[in-house]
Amino acid sequence: MNELLRRLFFLPEQGSTFAVEVDHLHYFLLLTTLAVAVGIGAVGISFLVRYHRRSASDPTPRVVAPGWMEGLFIGVPLSLFLLWFVLGFKQFVWVMSPPQESLDVYVTGKQWMWKFTYPGGPSAIDTLVVPAGRPVRLLITSRDVIHSFYVPDFRMKRDAVPGRYTDLWFEAPKPGRHGVLCAEYCGLDHSVMRGEVVVLSPADFGAWQDAQRRNLPVAALPGARTPESMAVRGEHVATAQGCLQCHTVTGAPHIGPTWLGLYGRMEPLEGGGAVLADEAYLTESMMDPLAKVVAGYAPVMPGYHGRLSAEDSGALVEFIKSLRPLRPGTPAAEEPVYVPTGR
Amino acid sequence: MSPPAAESYLSDGRTLWSWLTTHDHKRIGVMFLVLTLFFFFLGGLFALALRIELLTPGRTVMGHLAYNRMFTLHGVTMVWLFMIPAIPSAFGNFLVPLMIGARDVAFPRLNLASVYLYVLGASVALWGMFEGGADTGWTFYTPYSTTTGTAVLPVLVGVFIIGFSTIVTGLNFIATVHTLRAPGLTWMKLPLFVWAIYGTSIIQVLATPVLGMVLALVALERVVGAGIFDPARGGDPLLFQHLFWFYSHPAVYIMVLPSMGVISEAVSAFSRKNAFSYRMIVYSTLGIAFVGFFTWGHHMFASGQSTFGSGAFGAMSMLVAIFTAIKIFSWLGTLYRGSIAIESPLLYTLGFMFFLFFGGMIGVAYATTSLNLHWHDTYSVVAHFHFIMVGATVMAFLAALHYWFPKMFGRCFPAKLANGAAVLIIFGFIATFVPQFLLGNLGMPRRYADYPPHFQSLHVASTAGASLLAFGFLAIAGYLAWSLRHGALAGDNPWGSEGFEWRSASPPPTHNFSTPPQYPTGPHEYSREEVPHAA
Repeated sequence: MNELLRRLFFLPEQGSTFAVEVDHLHYFLLLTTLAVAVGIGAVGISFLVRYHRRSASDPTPRVVAPGWMEGLFIGVPLSLFLLWFVLGFKQFVWVMSPPQESLDVYVTGKQWMWKFTYPGGPSAIDTLVVPAGRPVRLLITSRDVIHSFYVPDFRMKRDAVPGRYTDLWFEAPKPGRHGVLCAEYCGLDHSVMRGEVVVLSPADFGAWQDAQRRNLPVAALPGARTPESMAVRGEHVATAQGCLQCHTVTGAPHIGPTWLGLYGRMEPLEGGGAVLADEAYLTESMMDPLAKVVAGYAPVMPGYHGRLSAEDSGALVEFIKSLRPLRPGTPAAEEPVYVPTGR
Repeated sequence: MSPPAAESYLSDGRTLWSWLTTHDHKRIGVMFLVLTLFFFFLGGLFALALRIELLTPGRTVMGHLAYNRMFTLHGVTMVWLFMIPAIPSAFGNFLVPLMIGARDVAFPRLNLASVYLYVLGASVALWGMFEGGADTGWTFYTPYSTTTGTAVLPVLVGVFIIGFSTIVTGLNFIATVHTLRAPGLTWMKLPLFVWAIYGTSIIQVLATPVLGMVLALVALERVVGAGIFDPARGGDPLLFQHLFWFYSHPAVYIMVLPSMGVISEAVSAFSRKNAFSYRMIVYSTLGIAFVGFFTWGHHMFASGQSTFGSGAFGAMSMLVAIFTAIKIFSWLGTLYRGSIAIESPLLYTLGFMFFLFFGGMIGVAYATTSLNLHWHDTYSVVAHFHFIMVGATVMAFLAALHYWFPKMFGRCFPAKLANGAAVLIIFGFIATFVPQFLLGNLGMPRRYADYPPHFQSLHVASTAGASLLAFGFLAIAGYLAWSLRHGALAGDNPWGSEGFEWRSASPPPTHNFSTPPQYPTGPHEYSREEVPHAA
C-alpha cells in the first residue's frame, strides 16, 4: 500500500526514518483532498446539469443559507485543517529536535558546492558519508549567500544562512545513495550545486573511517604537519583572535565566562531568563555578543561578524565543545575520530 | 437597444490628448486594461521561453545567466505589472463608481496620477531589463540581491514607484466607497465585487508601504553598503525575508480577493440567483484582509526560524484557508436551483473554482509544517502559486473581461469561439501545472536552469500544456480585437444581469447616469419569492 501510494503521488524513495512517517501524512492529506474534490465536483456538475437554463425566462427562487449550514461550512473544513496541523506539527517538532547521541557533521554551502567537515578530521566536497541506523546531525552554514540543503529522499531541507548555524538531523535506516540539491536560489550555477549522501552499513562505515585514517599520509610521517581536527583549529583561532584574553579554559571566571563546561549548560542572562549554550547561542555570541549577555558580566565583547569565517566559527564551537569538565554529566555528542588530536 | 451613442464615454473626445488628460474613471480603467494586457503578453513570452529551455536537461536555448534573468523578469512582470493592478486598477476603476451609483471616484486627478506612476515605474523596470536585467528572482532575497553584479537597482526602483500607484488606487477606492455611495445604498447592499475591492484596498494601503521600505533598504545596502541584511556587517539576512513576506503574503490576497469579487458577480449573473450567503462572503473578505497579515512566516519554515514560531504561523495559515472554503461553498450554493447559462464567463468561473479549490487545499498542505520541509522551494510550490495566481486570478480576469466586455465597449463577441477558447485554456492550464505538482513531489527544486534527467518527461508534459495555453490566449486576443469594431451591438444589458453596474447604458455615458439610480433591494436579487434551502 505504501509503495503503491508513493508511486502514485510521484514521491521519491524513502531514505530516512522521517520520510516514512511524513509520507503517511502525505497520503492522508492528498487522499482527503481528492475525496473532498470529487464530492464538491460531483455536486457542482449535478447542479450544472439539473439547473441548466432551459428558457430565457426561467423563474428562480430566492434561496438563503440557513445558519446551521453556514456553521457546518466553517466547522468541517476547520476541523480537518486543524487535524492536519496537529499531526504535522508533532512530526515537525520531532524532526527539529536532534537526539543527544547524534553524529555531528558541519556543512558549509558555498557558490556552488557543499563542504562537509567531520569534527575529528578531514573534510569532503559534495559527498557526505554517514553510517546507517544512527542519527546524524548536520550543522549548516554558508560562506556567501543563502543556500538550502535538500535531500528529496529524506523529505527535508534546511537553509544555509551566512553568519549563523541551522541544523537538520536524520537517520537513514539502510545503506544507499541519495542526491543532495540546493533548494534556495543562489545565483548562476544554482541548478548544478548538487551533492550526494552515501549511507554505509555500520561495518562499512568503520572500514571507511579506517581507510580515511590510513589515507592521511601526513599523519603517518613523523615530524609531518598533523592534520588538524576542528577542535585543534579552533584553539588556534581562539589564540589568534584574542578570545583567550577574556575567556579562560580552566574554569576560572575572567572578563568573560569560562569556556570549560560551557557547551550544553543553561546560562543565566543579564536582565532575567536563561539560554542553553548550544551551537546556535555560541555562534550568536560571537557574531552579536550583546544580544544575550550572561548575568554578571559586562557587555564589553566586540562582535566578530566579518572577522570569523564560517569554518573558523565552526572550529571555535568545536573547541568549546571539547572543553568538558571532568565530572559525569550528560554525554556530549560523539564524533568520529580519524587522527590523534593531541588532547 | 441603443447603438453606442455619441454621448458614451468612448466618444467624448476622440484625440489621444483627451485620453491622456482624462479624469474619467472609465477611461482610466480602460487605459489600465490595455497596459496590463500588454505586460501579461510580455510576461507570457518570458514564460514560454522558460518552458522551452526546460524541455531538455542541459542547455536547450539559453545559458544559466539568461535563464536566471528570464525567470526574474517573468516574476516581476507578472506580479507587479499584471497581477496586482489587473483587476483592481482596470475593472475596479471602471466598475466601482458605476456599482455604487457615483459619477466618478473620490479623487479623479489622483486616479490619473496612478496611471502615470504605473507607467513610470514600469518604464524604469523595463529599462533595467534592457540594461541586462536582474537575476535575483522576484523575491530579491538578500544577501544575493545585494551582491550580484546584475541590474537589480532599476528593477527595485521601478517596483518601488509602482507601489505608489497601488497605494494611491487603494486610497481612492476606500474614500470612494465611504463617501460616494448613492443615497439608500447601505453597506449591506454593496455588490460583492465592491466589497472585494474594498478589502483589497485595505491590504494595498497597509502592506505596500512595507514593500517600499524593504526595497529602499535593499537599494541602500547595494549602493552604500548599509549593513542591514549583510551578516558580515552585523545585519541579518532573514530580516529581509520577514519584511518582504509581511508585504508579499498579503499581496497574494491583493491578487486573489478582487478575483473572488468577480466570481461572486458572475455566479449570480449566470445562475440568475441571489448570493447563497452574502453575509459570509462579506465577512470572509474582511477576514482574509485581516488574517492575511499574520501568516508570512509560513514562507520560512526551513529558514531557521524557531520551531514554535513555525507552528504559530502554520496554525494562522489554517485559519486564512477557512475564509476561502466558505466562499467556495457559497458559490456552489448560489448555483443551487438557479437557471444556469453556460456562457464563457461562467466557464472561466467554474475553472476558477476548481483551481482555487486545488491550489488552496495544497496551500493548506504546505502550511502543515512537517510536509512543508519536503515541498518548500520545489516545483510543487511553483504549481501551487500558479494555481492561485494563474488558475484563479487569470481565470477571474478572463471571466471579468468577457462578462464586462459588452458593458465597456457596447459590443458582443462570438460566443462559440469564446466557449471553445475557455475550454482550451482550462485544459491547457491543467496540462501545464499538474505535471509541476508531480515534479515537486519528485523533488525538483524551483529556479533550476538545468536538472537531472529523471525529471524530463514531466517537464515535456508541462511545456506541451503551456503551448496549448498560448494558443488559447492568442485566440482570445484575436476575437476580442475583432469584436471591438465588428461585434454585434450588445444593448444595455445583454446578460440580463441584476448587477448594479448594468443600470447605466452600455457603454456608459461620461457621467455614468442620466437619472440617479434607486436601490430598493440588495445586490444580485433575482426573485423575491423566498424558499427554504432544502425545498
